[in-house]
Amino acid sequence: MSLVNTEFIKESLNNNVRSDGRKLDEYRDIEIETGIIPQANGSARVKLGETEVIAGVKFSVGKPYPDSANKGMFMVNGELSPISNPNYRGGPPSPESIELSRVVDRAIRESKTVNFEDLCIEEGEAAWMLSVDIYPMNSDGNLFDAGVIAALLAIKTAKFPEYDKESGKVAHETRTKKGIKLQNVPVMVTIGKVGSKLLIDPTFEEESIMEARLNIATIDNGNICAMQKGGVTPITNEELKNAVKLATIKGKELRKLLNKY
Amino acid sequence: MANKLYVKDKDIVVPGQVLAEGMSYIPSGKAVRNGEAITATVVGKISNKGHVVKVVPIFEKYAPKLGDKIIGKVVSMNNYGWTLDIGVPVKCELDLREGSQSFIETGKMAQFFAVGDLVFVEIIGNRNGTFKVSAKDRLYRRLPSGHLINVASGLIPRLIGKQGSMINTLKDESGCNIIIGQNGYVYVHCDDTKNIYKVQDAINLIESDTTSSGLTEKVKKMLGGKN
Amino acid sequence: MTEKSEMSLVVKGRRIDGRKANELRKMTAEVGVIPQADGSAKFSMGETVAIAGVYGPKEVLPKHQTKDDRALIRVYYSMLPFSTTDRCRPGPSRRSKEISKVMIDALEAAIITEKYPATAIEIHVQILNANAGTRTAAINAASLALANAGIEMRDLVCAVASGKADDTILLDLFQPEDNFGQADLPIAVMPNRKEITLVQMDGDLSSKEFDEAMKLVMDSAMEIYEVQKAALTGKKEKKK
Repeated sequence: MSLVNTEFIKESLNNNVRSDGRKLDEYRDIEIETGIIPQANGSARVKLGETEVIAGVKFSVGKPYPDSANKGMFMVNGELSPISNPNYRGGPPSPESIELSRVVDRAIRESKTVNFEDLCIEEGEAAWMLSVDIYPMNSDGNLFDAGVIAALLAIKTAKFPEYDKESGKVAHETRTKKGIKLQNVPVMVTIGKVGSKLLIDPTFEEESIMEARLNIATIDNGNICAMQKGGVTPITNEELKNAVKLATIKGKELRKLLNKY
Repeated sequence: MANKLYVKDKDIVVPGQVLAEGMSYIPSGKAVRNGEAITATVVGKISNKGHVVKVVPIFEKYAPKLGDKIIGKVVSMNNYGWTLDIGVPVKCELDLREGSQSFIETGKMAQFFAVGDLVFVEIIGNRNGTFKVSAKDRLYRRLPSGHLINVASGLIPRLIGKQGSMINTLKDESGCNIIIGQNGYVYVHCDDTKNIYKVQDAINLIESDTTSSGLTEKVKKMLGGKN
Repeated sequence: MTEKSEMSLVVKGRRIDGRKANELRKMTAEVGVIPQADGSAKFSMGETVAIAGVYGPKEVLPKHQTKDDRALIRVYYSMLPFSTTDRCRPGPSRRSKEISKVMIDALEAAIITEKYPATAIEIHVQILNANAGTRTAAINAASLALANAGIEMRDLVCAVASGKADDTILLDLFQPEDNFGQADLPIAVMPNRKEITLVQMDGDLSSKEFDEAMKLVMDSAMEIYEVQKAALTGKKEKKK
């Protein structure tokens, strides 16, 4: 638990200075590693400064919904796990955990990066289902951006297990060489509003003092695919437009980095 | 049972490790006697003088105690006084009558300490798990807006230095007002905010230094004289 | 303990991963991996990886659970959904609740709780990858995390499971041996004091086999302790 000197941080931000010396539109150092969890079909570990998140993908086979008989499914599940921060409590998933799960899910789903028809095994009978689980190891703010990167790379590097059509059984301990081809690279940029300033990639300390939060996900052609506003303080249309501009520019930079993995 | 010492000065030991055997050795610091043996109870460094085997902890979380001078933040107040957050999960209160040498009217409390203010106080007691502090002495007061640096408790003595030598160097060379809270917070206030980051760098230097020779000179160089 | 495997698990004194019967898997240990926590550690035994975070001593909530003369120890053990061959659903299962409970007893024996009256010490452990021996890796990680938090302990706690497969007594079972084996015996011990703080067993062991299994464990405790010691003494204090 840390004392946060709210007044001073807000003053510094007004002078475009952040506690860790970053500029308002600068990301913390990013570290990425994939294939770190042998039991997972795909996995990634992402560090954004001291925020560390691990995402793992597990495949299963299920019956597609009748109205999308030739499509598979995925679901993203994330949690603000108490191990990662003294302010997170255990118990049933908090509204914040559910929001994290759904915001990351939307960014990936709406980007259409996964072509659900690619997951079809037998129309109307069997299709691949992906479970993407995101767990923070250490929370120093901005689980959203780290979560999206980790989830995306876990899906990108995932390999299908062997599936026996006859018995309908998945041999979970096996791996084929086949994976999922991503159609797109969605990236999320999280922006915090403090006074009249917009800052990206807030630390836990900055999150605790900022008045509003915007998560903006963009795809390769610069279009927006998902957005979410958090926080009680309202924003102006002007601020929103500036945030979108900022997110698109920073999104391009992030995408360049991700394409290396 | 023979007297045997298994460690030497400056060795790093871990919990359960047998440091010595025999009744002529005396445990000190975080070392305990366990029958014939003396064992360490934490990860620590050995300080061995004669028959005294002392374990000085390496990992230590701040534990509030009587007499500590600490920095806290006012999180709420009522007619009886102010509640402070001191960075560790314990309850801490500043009673109305301990707020100042002078009498404070309940209506005028915010003029002394308002919610959100940083304060420098001393721990004067513990009542049923709640730590009580005082700001009566002239030394203690409200701290105007400044930067708070969180440091490990073990670093505090090195930041103060022998008879305050290091903290005086930090203050003189940076031109900043610096107050050290034993609860692991260093308050820094400078006229030119850029100097705050110089002080932060100097503290990082002190933390990573293992030789402690010429450290004062290195710190002086880093701070580069008053601005 | 399920069906017998079609293949042999032990051939000419060698296990299918090349180990001898009394050999531990390769271990790695690191402390300070969770900066937000008061103490933390990562411990791996073969492919099983556990990460532990300690918060405390801190206020006890709800207040009525406070122990006036000592610290209240709480353990939250969980397996991450992607850590197992078949995905496990998030949230506590009966198994993880039981493991949390036995871990409290296993670790509290080592913690000098009287030094921290009226406080709580919370230990969170997550399994990142499971390949048998998850509760023993969890205890090893938790023990390190407690020491990393500066909490006073009588000794570290070292844990490993021995068992039986193909009628052979083996140390530190890994997944195939655990799945197709005939007995599983996870044990935790304070290595310097030679005191046992966790015993669980399931399967079929004669009393002679049991003695043999226990000997394997007790003889390996110091090896685990050395790995923990290296992790604690090798790193400089780096807390923020």
